[in-house]
Amino acid sequence: MRTRRLEWVIEHALLACAALSVLTTAGIIAVLAVETAGFLREVPVLEFLTGTEWTPLFANPRFGVLPLVAGTVLVSAIAMIVALPMGLLSAIYLSEYAPDGLRRVVKPVLEVLAGVPTVVYGYFALTSVTPLLQRVFPQMSGFNALSPGIVMGIMILPLVSSLAEDAMRAVPRGLREGAYALGATRMQTALQVVLPAAFSGITAAFILAVSRAVGETMIVAIAAGQQPRLTANPFVPLETMTAYIVQVSLGDTPQGTLEYRTIFAVGMLLFLMTFGLNLVSTWLRDRFREEYS
Amino acid sequence: MKSRADLVFRILALSTLVFSLGTLAALVIDVLTDGADRLSWSFLTNLASRHPEEAGIFHALAGSIWVIVLTAMLALPLGVSAAVYLEEYGTRSRVARFIEINLANLAAVPSIIYGLLGLGVFVRLMGMGRSVMAGACTLALLVLPVVILSTREALRTVPGSIREGSYALGATRWQTIWHQVLPMAFPGILTGLILSLSRAIGETAPLITLGALTYVPFAPDGIWSPFTVLPIQVFNWVSRPQAAFKENAAAGILVLMGLLLTMNAVAVLLRDRFQRQNRT
Amino acid sequence: MNRASRPLSVVAGLAQHRGQPHANVEAPVKIEADRLNFYYGAKRALDGISIRIRAHLVTAFIGPSGCGKSTFLRTLNRMNDIIPATRVEGRVLLDGRPIYAPDVDVVALRRRVGMVFQKSNPFPKSIFENVAYGLRINGLAGSRSELNDRVEESLRQAAIFDEVKDRLHESALALSGGQQQRLCIARALAIRPEVLLMDEPASALDPIATQRIEELIYDLKSSYTIVIVTHNMQQAARVSDFTAFFWLGRLIEYDRTDRIFTAPAEKLTEDYVTGRCG
Repeated sequence: MRTRRLEWVIEHALLACAALSVLTTAGIIAVLAVETAGFLREVPVLEFLTGTEWTPLFANPRFGVLPLVAGTVLVSAIAMIVALPMGLLSAIYLSEYAPDGLRRVVKPVLEVLAGVPTVVYGYFALTSVTPLLQRVFPQMSGFNALSPGIVMGIMILPLVSSLAEDAMRAVPRGLREGAYALGATRMQTALQVVLPAAFSGITAAFILAVSRAVGETMIVAIAAGQQPRLTANPFVPLETMTAYIVQVSLGDTPQGTLEYRTIFAVGMLLFLMTFGLNLVSTWLRDRFREEYS
Repeated sequence: MKSRADLVFRILALSTLVFSLGTLAALVIDVLTDGADRLSWSFLTNLASRHPEEAGIFHALAGSIWVIVLTAMLALPLGVSAAVYLEEYGTRSRVARFIEINLANLAAVPSIIYGLLGLGVFVRLMGMGRSVMAGACTLALLVLPVVILSTREALRTVPGSIREGSYALGATRWQTIWHQVLPMAFPGILTGLILSLSRAIGETAPLITLGALTYVPFAPDGIWSPFTVLPIQVFNWVSRPQAAFKENAAAGILVLMGLLLTMNAVAVLLRDRFQRQNRT
Repeated sequence: MNRASRPLSVVAGLAQHRGQPHANVEAPVKIEADRLNFYYGAKRALDGISIRIRAHLVTAFIGPSGCGKSTFLRTLNRMNDIIPATRVEGRVLLDGRPIYAPDVDVVALRRRVGMVFQKSNPFPKSIFENVAYGLRINGLAGSRSELNDRVEESLRQAAIFDEVKDRLHESALALSGGQQQRLCIARALAIRPEVLLMDEPASALDPIATQRIEELIYDLKSSYTIVIVTHNMQQAARVSDFTAFFWLGRLIEYDRTDRIFTAPAEKLTEDYVTGRCG
């Protein structure tokens, strides 16, 4: 009987460890919600969400978050323009064309590419890519959206590539053979049969990549600048939501001030955006799995 | 005509691969040319300094090691326990299913959000301050979903016949797990842990968010000591306008990448040994 | 072997049975199943099994694969408990006590009813540790010397001691298949169970290793109640006193082994043992 009680205790201790993840989620939501509520007591939610000026550190502070959101969207969009077509192409190549030997070389290299710390990518964007781009676009300033956007796209490429490849490999072989039997070339098979069949899985991969880009911090904090600006111009300095959180964190901001709370309010918005994207991605992936199981 | 389109497409696809590999090469070469000259024994042993040519990385290297070791000590027992529960106990229960969905969502939360959690809970609420402990707690929560995932994979490689053999001898579930399953899965668990820690060691955003760690010119002397880490020191140097500091940043990146490669090499070696051991 | 010659060789197997008088029918009942049903999810795998297994005899379960003989064997020490979504109805009694009653300690039950599996499954540890494991977790050896003694005793009982005595601390995985299986038997014997369940223990072994296992079963039956699942009818005829024939989850016939093989009551049994079906 003593062992039975011990077994019970152990099982529930292990359950407690597993439940820690639920507590983490709850903690994230609670911390963000409490500070955001404090923030919204002083700044009307409408002003926060629709205001076009973000100057919380000025003597006459304004709390319109749109410039930060616009910065995030612009950089993420550039990253996606790089990562999506290239990621998809390399996924198609790896899944439908590449000989096994090449796959065995390329996949680990892509993994390494995905494992490089983001601060290193930031350095690369600021010191190499920006000067290079400035030769093509002389009007471009030292901090801008284009350079970190491109580098972020390269960083996300392995993620897109490997998830999209997984989705395409899950497409049953019979479908491909059917297409080949009708005289289709590899490209026709890949583009007209495999790609549509894997569509929801690939879309799930894309959305996850967007979520990753939105939450990416160090590349933009280093290379995009710290000037909140409502613009679609990729050549001028701007600031993303994540970069703003870093900017405030670098100073010694006393707890309880409105300025301290802004980072939680921005964080809350960021969390909701990425969480929404992840939910859509999971939903799509589950649907894809159901189709082929 | 068909075949020409096919060829073009194939070349296009191959060139994206070449492009991404080329980027990796460019990145490495770039950092090497910028930082190799700066890399020296004194760079490794000196502390931070206002003068770029005297500045070293010792404090940040020590800080990174302190934080990562403590993170491992927290994440290993928590992650393995959670994985054992999900894999060996709760496979059928609704609670386990809920935890699994939650873990999948947590894995996709941006790391900077974990920083805000750490700031709110560990630094402020629990009063840990901006200590090694607060940093390690934050990173442990960050890597936990990955550690749990890789541990579950390692547990799945243990054949069911081993569990049955143990149960048939009158072993309890926990005795079976502790004496048979965990020892067999351990190398795999360790490999997963090291790989996830090698991600954590490059994490910058969540630790910056904990607050004001960019200039700590000394190595930590305990878990309650303030600290900085390699990527934060690199970030600090990158943000300075002087070119000499950029060189320091490149050299710092080399140290960081060296540490990363070492950890990855250890993980790969462990995995190879594990696979060989399982084959016999 | 062609089918027509099969019954002959089975009878020859019976004749080889060391000339012992067959089956003491008066032996006390060790295990009794009473209208046992077993389900994998919604699928019924065992249908109303009732049987009385007698102490210190060898009982063989035969039948085509998928007939439920292994499933039934595993209900006798509740090994099926660890498979999700399974369900048991009816009763199994060990020495007259129900083993599926809510207050039964499964761990204590498995200590009394040991098991050897179809595929040998030594732990990836030393030979010594494989045998010592059951003793340690059940706290059955007070001192180091007692532990050593009981490990040696078990290895001797399983007729493997002489082959491994010089390498007790080497990995069990280095042993041959037959040795591994005897090690697993030694491991099961170490905790001195009352019943030994054997699930096709020789199906993965060559004829010589199989013969050693069969001799071992014969030697062990004075001390243990042995239940063996086999798809090899000659083996059932050679080693067992009683034989139970399973078909599609039902127990078709259960009788003394010589009767099952020479004068079965059921047509289905006769067809099976003469090789006409299954």
